[in-house]
Amino acid sequence: MPGFALRAEKLGKAYRIPSRPAARTLRDVASGWRGRRREGEAQPFWALQDVSFELRAGESLGVVGRNGAGKSTLLKVLSRITEPTAGRAVVRGRVASLLEVGAGFHPELTGRENIFLNAAILGMSRAETASRFDAIVAFAEVERFLQTPVKHFSSGMYVRLAFAVAAHLEPDVLIVDEALAVGDAAFQTKCLGRMNALARTQGRTVVFVSHNTKAVLDLCGEAIWLERGRVAMRGAPRDVIARYLGDGVSRGAWRGGAPTGAAFRYVCISVAGPNGGPPQYDEPVSVDLEYEIATPLPPNRLSIQIANGEGAVVLCSSDTDQTSAAKHAFAAGRFTTRITLPECWLAPGEYTLSASEPGADGSNKIHFEILAFGIGMRGSPTARDNRAGVVAPILPWRTLPAAP
Amino acid sequence: MSTQFSELSRTDAVRSTGEDAPVVVLAAGESGRTYGRDLWRYRELALILAWRDLSVRYKQTAIGIAWALVRPLATTLILTFVFAHVAGLPSAAPYPLNALAGVWPWFLFASLLADASASLVNNAGLVTKVYFPRLLLPVAAAGVALADFLVQGAIVALVMAWYRWLPSERALLLPLFALWVAAAALGPGLALAALNARYRDVRFLVPFLVQFGLYVSPVGFASEAVPAHWRFWFAWNPLAGAIDGFRWCLIGGPSPFPAAAPGLVLTVLMFGAGLAYFRAAECAFADII
Repeated sequence: MPGFALRAEKLGKAYRIPSRPAARTLRDVASGWRGRRREGEAQPFWALQDVSFELRAGESLGVVGRNGAGKSTLLKVLSRITEPTAGRAVVRGRVASLLEVGAGFHPELTGRENIFLNAAILGMSRAETASRFDAIVAFAEVERFLQTPVKHFSSGMYVRLAFAVAAHLEPDVLIVDEALAVGDAAFQTKCLGRMNALARTQGRTVVFVSHNTKAVLDLCGEAIWLERGRVAMRGAPRDVIARYLGDGVSRGAWRGGAPTGAAFRYVCISVAGPNGGPPQYDEPVSVDLEYEIATPLPPNRLSIQIANGEGAVVLCSSDTDQTSAAKHAFAAGRFTTRITLPECWLAPGEYTLSASEPGADGSNKIHFEILAFGIGMRGSPTARDNRAGVVAPILPWRTLPAAP
Repeated sequence: MSTQFSELSRTDAVRSTGEDAPVVVLAAGESGRTYGRDLWRYRELALILAWRDLSVRYKQTAIGIAWALVRPLATTLILTFVFAHVAGLPSAAPYPLNALAGVWPWFLFASLLADASASLVNNAGLVTKVYFPRLLLPVAAAGVALADFLVQGAIVALVMAWYRWLPSERALLLPLFALWVAAAALGPGLALAALNARYRDVRFLVPFLVQFGLYVSPVGFASEAVPAHWRFWFAWNPLAGAIDGFRWCLIGGPSPFPAAAPGLVLTVLMFGAGLAYFRAAECAFADII
């Protein structure tokens, strides 16, 4: 079997979801083993199923997928935090996982103390930590604050210190979950560089989960796309990510349930390209809000908000933006409102849509992140060179000879 | 040029992490197999966690470490008032000494039980994000309680000096009785810590147990004060013999044995059961906490 560093064979993890929220109290125990029997009847929920892959030393794997697809569960199983329910994984060598930046940091302790604490939690001995102490401090750029309790640290300093400790563990297998979503761009680049160095020149194996598809492209030699706990696709990062981001249809529509008797009810919210297909960069993208109004509503307005895969708000828009009035009345009936985003505008990537719901009392309820959608990279400059940016407009560039 | 360099070092690295690197198999029911090895590998972590809790404990308090001394002293005064002056119990030694000889081990028991049973939930952020043998958390909590116990030993010595009371050479046996107290607290503490991960009722149960235990253990009074027809039941209190042992070492009087034998047996059984329950529940902590 030699050669591999990390191998997963049909890994599965099931959680039991009680049919009704069981009161988790001693009462359940006391009342015969009723609580236990109910748990046995509960439907298992497979957060992860049939996941297999093999990595050799020095290879890195990127894991993409939308929220709830099982990415974090996979990392938890691989880092031994939780046992798999089915299948098995074999890990050769020391594993360090960075599932949460600064797990185990204590706010009252100083930077220096937290380095030793965090390193011990991640499995480094005091002697090892001491020998790498200067490198950790230099990487984190916190020399001046070593004697300051970390509760006074800025969030950036906090993240830098936490990543620095983990990055200097020199584990055989490094498992990183979204840790880089925080911290400034320069430091993110530095972290990626460090992970790259660990994998490429030191033969460490890296498993990396991120919504930042660019980072996956830069860092990983292989990627898997998880969808509902299963591997939807495995292959070269460029192909996997293109498919994952183009997978707009299944995720691009949200349907409301049965009529609830509410004054205002969304029937369907969808995001699509011009022919109803998955949104692509080089085509206009339409957001359709279909709703039913049972009784006329007091003056209000409809709004949407689009945020990108890292949670940053890209835009807010309202149906009153084009009028002088801030509010308008709503008549009863069933309507579809279409908002059109111009082509060549949003950068390819993952987005979420939030929408407001006007209430009978004039209030506004926000459905946060009611649906996710991707913008495919067809025809985008991003497809050519993985550039950064929330928007990717194609701007006119004009060069004139300098004035004499 | 640079490609060649990285290719070269990659081969080296693969060789260095080759056959002798530890192989861990992750599968249902497999986590116990390497537990001993993991405990050894993470041995420093128990110390560091205990050190963390100790150094954080009295941060942002005005009197700091004095809290470790004020509480047993105040308890001793109250118990002396109640049992010597209200109830009028006799004592071979000055009554405050008699009470302190019970309060000292009692505080070890009470704080160890409380800290150990809260240790998993207090560190839930770690339990759900990092792997290490979970046993280290209650063990670190026990370390903190033992450190407080040692500091409180200084107070006991001072009070004894104040009364010009010299303990006999039996005082050398104190560590054994302290170990007994620690085991009597850690057994239930481990079980309660595991239960606490699922049932937060434990948070309410433990203070109640501690309050209750103070009255059914010979803390403010010596076991001789217990009426003869209750002695049989009293002996089954795992802690009673240990506290009697402290009093015997520090003050004198009758030996705690053989009356304490059932309590000692029960202590050992409870420790084994608590440990076994904790280990059996351990694999699910991250999922339920």
